[in-house]
Amino acid sequence: MHPNLHALLVFLQTWWVELVSAVVIVAVVPLITGYLVLMERKLMADMQARLGPMRVGPHGLLQPIADAVKLLIKEDIIPDNADKFVFWLAPVVSMTAALTSMGAIAFGPSFEVARDINVGLLFVIGVSSLGLFGIVLGGWASNSHYSIMGALRSTAQLVSYETAAGLALVSGLLLAGTLKIRAIVEAQQHFGVWFVFLAPVAFFIYVVASIAETNRAPFDLPEAESELVAGYMTEYSGFRWACYFLGEYANMIVVGAVATTLFLGGWLRPFPNVHWMNWLDALPALFTAAVGAYCVYRAGKQPARVQTWFMWGVALACFAVALILAVPLVVAPLKFMVPGLHGAFWFLLKISAYIYLFMWLRFTLPRYRFDQLMHLGWYILIPLAIMNVLGVGVAMILEMEYGWNRWLALVVTTAFTLAAALFLLRLNDKRVAAASSAAPPEAPSTEDSYAG
Amino acid sequence: MQDDAAQKQTLLGADELVLNMGPQHPSTHGVLRVKLKLDGERVRGTECVIGYLHRGVEKIAENRTYQQFAPYVDRMDYVAAVSNGLGYCEAVEKLLNVEAPPRAKVIRTIMTELQRIASHLIWLGTHALDIGALTPLFYCLREREEILKIFEKYCGARLTTHAFRIGGLQYEAYDSFEKDVERFCKDFERRIQEYVDLLTGNSIWIGRTRNVGVLNAEDCIALGASGPVLRASGVKWDLRKAQPYAAYDQYTFEIPVGTNGDTYDRYMVRMEEMRQSRLICLQAIENIPAGPILGKVGKVLKPPAGEIYHSIEAPKGILGYYIVSDGTTQPYRVRIRPPSFINLQALDKMARGHLVADVVAIIGTLDIVLGEVDR
Repeated sequence: MHPNLHALLVFLQTWWVELVSAVVIVAVVPLITGYLVLMERKLMADMQARLGPMRVGPHGLLQPIADAVKLLIKEDIIPDNADKFVFWLAPVVSMTAALTSMGAIAFGPSFEVARDINVGLLFVIGVSSLGLFGIVLGGWASNSHYSIMGALRSTAQLVSYETAAGLALVSGLLLAGTLKIRAIVEAQQHFGVWFVFLAPVAFFIYVVASIAETNRAPFDLPEAESELVAGYMTEYSGFRWACYFLGEYANMIVVGAVATTLFLGGWLRPFPNVHWMNWLDALPALFTAAVGAYCVYRAGKQPARVQTWFMWGVALACFAVALILAVPLVVAPLKFMVPGLHGAFWFLLKISAYIYLFMWLRFTLPRYRFDQLMHLGWYILIPLAIMNVLGVGVAMILEMEYGWNRWLALVVTTAFTLAAALFLLRLNDKRVAAASSAAPPEAPSTEDSYAG
Repeated sequence: MQDDAAQKQTLLGADELVLNMGPQHPSTHGVLRVKLKLDGERVRGTECVIGYLHRGVEKIAENRTYQQFAPYVDRMDYVAAVSNGLGYCEAVEKLLNVEAPPRAKVIRTIMTELQRIASHLIWLGTHALDIGALTPLFYCLREREEILKIFEKYCGARLTTHAFRIGGLQYEAYDSFEKDVERFCKDFERRIQEYVDLLTGNSIWIGRTRNVGVLNAEDCIALGASGPVLRASGVKWDLRKAQPYAAYDQYTFEIPVGTNGDTYDRYMVRMEEMRQSRLICLQAIENIPAGPILGKVGKVLKPPAGEIYHSIEAPKGILGYYIVSDGTTQPYRVRIRPPSFINLQALDKMARGHLVADVVAIIGTLDIVLGEVDR
């Protein structure tokens, strides 16, 4: 055998799981993103007393495909005075960063591209932060006022909130004692409780900071439509724009996955160690089967025959998944597949719930103003996060050195942290009241800014 | 020109940024163009460029008969066409020295108050959208739809209704008119609570609107601002009470006023106005007098030579018509005092020293319609 071919085979033999996983991520994430957008639009429509996309496919189920095709065949516009290379590079950076960071995330105990990096979580956070370069460079290269302002806002926002998010993660990591994704989840299994219950303040800070990090409402200032048209994406169109969009939604999945891994027990089902709760293992299969049954129920009500068929197709797919989830439970020789399959199900379910929270907030809340956003970050979230790290640290010392009960230690320190948070809020209210009682800033009214 | 060197010098010696907002911008409410002079994100000055929607409505009036011109006024403030029509019809009636019969007056009042609610709903939805709350817009449109359905049943049109005729009404109210209005008013009380739940107590909303775009009473009067903008500054001036027209003298209602004259106060004033309009409608449908709907006006309108000024309280402020007649069938001159145009003057005063995001909130709170600004 040719030595090169042999080397290739050896390489493939060693890394085939990783390679396949990587291909799956690159191939599937855009599709998932498309359907995430559809889900968002449908949810938004539901909350806003309307129907949302209904035209392409039954209930608009093919809308993401149509959107993707439209974006791909759109004219590619580069503004005259743009820096062409950077303009081209920026969306790619954004998208690559988001997809790469996904590589280190374990979507269940048996699906991970970069298997067991010992700085797993740090890698995820670090690489996803690189996406910021895409935004800044894109805003700068567009040579447009709206873009540059969006990019500047974005930089300031991400730098500020990443600090808070990082500190919140530190609290969780103190409990886990490791950065390895797999070990973090195992630690939660070992503790018998998700870290969200041990460090609720940290989880709260992470939720807020991760919304800001992914530029979602109410912190969507970099692309605030009503102010900056589309922020750093203003000059982008077609496929480049789609790259940004993909990066953004992939980022949402990433922060959801990080939160799930660290705070929500990763791929563990609720009550992983309680044996009489084992019936929960049947839930994944029942859940997917129920979705399938609903599709069957709706299939008869479709206006066109092709839509009925499509509904049946979706229903059959759901039943197939339900079967796959159910068989290992029932058939003893396949029992070893349960953690892998069900782990992936629970993990994806938790991410979906997390993203649902994001969307819900987006439809409900108005947008912060830039100074208010920075104020919230630096005056409230970061001090609170620091205090929380201290609190969790003190609790660990109390437990390990002085033999306190873990729960007692954590409850006491969390209470202290919350008291500190209240103090911060009081302080903040006073500051705001003082600022608002002072006269609003006003330039001399005699000045004619456009004279001459 | 006062060229203050210190003013020009900004932080880090950077130049001021002139940002063109509009005429194609998602939240300038049409084709308003605002030149913003920015220091970072802080607004140092604004200049409005208007006229992108200028259609020469006033000039058109000189070449149309009095009746022919009536549909044109619907196109000025196109989200409150009924109010525009009321002002014009009453102005010409004053010129002709005729009066609409009582039945016509009451129906006009109901329609105009429904229109006020519809106009405020559009304002609320778009204003909330500008500040980033996506959902209220659709709730507002849902309620407005009910009003538009009443309009459609009444006169066949939804937006540019041309609902009234000089001297009274063209159409008799349809059979279930009272019932429809009542049903809407009953529902609306519950619906308005949804907006209150979403916005009024929301700390982000309060943070975005309190102390933003403050306009005190003297400034308001000096700038000629009217309507909710004026009342939010604490001036209790509403033509429906001050110079009653149509059938407003028959009903009891409150004029809500604010205290600070900031964006939040204007929000509260308009919300309360919607509730009051609802009450007026409920009172009016109780007792719609029977009788003719059209006063004694001929087929050809030839007002005596002279001039007249008539103003009404449109949803956005005082809408005035100044009509000069030379005794022919066509007006010699029509001059319109549009509330949006005059309120828009306050933008510079309100926006200076605030951030870009506030400019959007301020444009929203002024509740301008460019069709009326440019005419």
